[in-house]
Amino acid sequence: MKKKMLSLVLAGAMMATVLTGCGSTGADAGSTAEGTTVDATEDTGADNAETDAAGTESADATDAAQTASAGGTFKIGGIGPLTGGAAVYGIAAMNGSQIAVDEINAAGGICGMTVELNFQDDELDAEKSVNAYNTLKDWGMQVLDGCVTSGCSIAVSAKSAEDQIFQLTPSGSAVECVSNDNSFRVCFSDPNQGSASAQYIGENGLASKIAVIYDSSDVYSSGIYEKFAQEAANQSFEIVTAGAFTADNKTDFSVQLQQAKDAGADLVFLPIYYNEAALILKQASDMGFDVQFFGCDGLDGILGVENFDASLAEDVMLLTPFAADATDDLTVKFVTTYNEKFGETPNQFAADGYDAVYTIKAAAEQAGITADMSNEEICTALSAAMTQIKVDGLTGAGITWDASGEPTKAPKAVIIKNGVYTAM
Amino acid sequence: MKTKAGRLSKTTKNDLITYAMVILAYIVMQLLVSTGHVSSLIQGLLVPFCTYAIVAIALNLTVGILGELSLGHAGFMCVGAFSSAVFSLAFKDAIPSGLRFFIALLIGAVAAALVGFLVGIPVLRLRGDYLAIVTLAFGEIIKNIINALYLGVDANGIHFTMKDALSLNMEEDGVVLIKGAQGVTGTPNDSNFTVGVILVLITLFIVLNFIRSRTGRAVMSIRDNRIAAESVGINVTKYKLIAFTISASLAGVAGVLYAHNLSSLTALPKNFGYNMSILILVFVVLGGIGNIRGSVIAAVLLTLLPEVLRVLSDYRMLIYAIVLIAMMIFNWSPNAIFFRKRVKQRLTAGRKSGKEA
Repeated sequence: MKKKMLSLVLAGAMMATVLTGCGSTGADAGSTAEGTTVDATEDTGADNAETDAAGTESADATDAAQTASAGGTFKIGGIGPLTGGAAVYGIAAMNGSQIAVDEINAAGGICGMTVELNFQDDELDAEKSVNAYNTLKDWGMQVLDGCVTSGCSIAVSAKSAEDQIFQLTPSGSAVECVSNDNSFRVCFSDPNQGSASAQYIGENGLASKIAVIYDSSDVYSSGIYEKFAQEAANQSFEIVTAGAFTADNKTDFSVQLQQAKDAGADLVFLPIYYNEAALILKQASDMGFDVQFFGCDGLDGILGVENFDASLAEDVMLLTPFAADATDDLTVKFVTTYNEKFGETPNQFAADGYDAVYTIKAAAEQAGITADMSNEEICTALSAAMTQIKVDGLTGAGITWDASGEPTKAPKAVIIKNGVYTAM
Repeated sequence: MKTKAGRLSKTTKNDLITYAMVILAYIVMQLLVSTGHVSSLIQGLLVPFCTYAIVAIALNLTVGILGELSLGHAGFMCVGAFSSAVFSLAFKDAIPSGLRFFIALLIGAVAAALVGFLVGIPVLRLRGDYLAIVTLAFGEIIKNIINALYLGVDANGIHFTMKDALSLNMEEDGVVLIKGAQGVTGTPNDSNFTVGVILVLITLFIVLNFIRSRTGRAVMSIRDNRIAAESVGINVTKYKLIAFTISASLAGVAGVLYAHNLSSLTALPKNFGYNMSILILVFVVLGGIGNIRGSVIAAVLLTLLPEVLRVLSDYRMLIYAIVLIAMMIFNWSPNAIFFRKRVKQRLTAGRKSGKEA
């Protein structure tokens, strides 16, 4: 027995020398990651091939600002899906944030500090999102502008609360995203949108029989639907059918539309994103189902869908905090810059990203953040300052926050008339 | 030293090397972490390393030892993750964390084993490609059911529905545990590296001993020649089911570790869909089919790789794919193996001639 034990130990020792290589790979990789992540910041501007020129331009701007300002740097980390099916949201938020950062740097930075933005990919996966968060921590992130999606945001906010890093999510709309003291959001929460839509429809007497088509596999869509259905009980209309679809079968909606038609619905509520909504509108018109459609902020962008006949979207109503066709100076300027740099019309995620950076700026100025403050100090100061500031952003004028992390702003109702979004 | 080690059989030595490798990696990492030499990224990756190592070992039991291709292991992981997360959330304040996590592990393992057993009964009648396709389908079914499932608890007991949260009809004080596509939120963070490594060791112990046991030999005989195995009186269905159920159960344990490492758990195609099943298969194939130690190493390497490549920003996923292809070719292409041998020979020959000169 003793001999066996001894040989066990010896065999272990023998392998120890051989296998040290395995243990050290991890450490090596760690140090490479640490040493090189800084380079990635300059690439964040360039997200696709078309924008190469714009990307270098923004990098140049950052370089120029770095030499100009001597007040140190303020590092903002961002997390969102930059690859995969949800990439369109992450990239938009990243681009919007980048525009805000460039503008702020050109105007002298935050409290004299140059702003640096490092936006990391989370592939719409909570685990990858935490990895991205840790990468940003290694980079020296002081404030987190993220995550773009709800599930990831919840996972990361548990970590950021532990580390005391201030978190402002541009578009994480689930209730739990802001459950910690250090987390705030720019967008409406799902319940807020659902009940606001129900109230709007009820108060304006838009319909008496409503059909809902929603994506039961999507957090955003099912979240809004639930609150809409709850609030509907207090309103003058009734929900006649609720047709669900999932991410795996989102191309044919004839069953749901037929249900709605048979139930005699006079309004179809679509708490979904615009890609599916475009298909629904097309299929409804093919089957001769002429009805009022009503959506939330996810419908913003429907006019930009490729090969989509914009006349089908005529008279569609949506409740959105941001409309790219609004005529106020701020929106016009943002849309023009975005178009120049990235060659497309920004959606509400881009606007949320833009507002997030300006909100961080406002809170930082209110709190008097300096470059030598630790993350904990910044977090405490910013969390306190958030309830005192008032931000005029793209997604609402005079946005204020309470300690729970929820923003207070008025939703704008928009109707599509003659192919453009028109305020109602 | 050599004579003493020589008394152990070759397989035992091999197994000991595997255990020693894991323990050593643990000690080295713990030392580096305590001296502050490890970046937050790597520290955050320690638990995922263990998770994927366990599920890779589990799948290797099915693919390498049982010889059947399963593409549904992410589904079993999903069952383990959700069953344990619901338990932990429901008893968050009632049971102290250590005991709670232990019970959660048992629940996850048993739930996944049960599902594995039920899926195994029809599926293991098939062979080869057919079995792969049917397990793929089952994995997707599990994911979709969980995405449509709403579960809540209130004073009247447990409510569940496949419709929406409102149909739960709960009292005011009720808590919704699984919110359909929104999954489970607020699972306590009970996983840590130490627990993860202990679980990897237990998994290794179970699988390696299973392979060396009488049952394991029976399973391998089915893999090597089903007709011959049947002719000597081996109950093919029984042994296949045993191996498949153990494999599913271990995948469930990996799911428990996964669920308790993150505070939000959703069944997305990304983490529990067939993509993940195929990724686990990639770990197994890269590490070597039937090679348990290889699975552990491959799982750790391939989990680390995409994170290290973050430096490349936009080209990350492209480079990841290229590196993966290169690694596969280098490891398993006959030409590459021949080339490696030749280089090795030349090097040793060169050293010899150098000595002579």
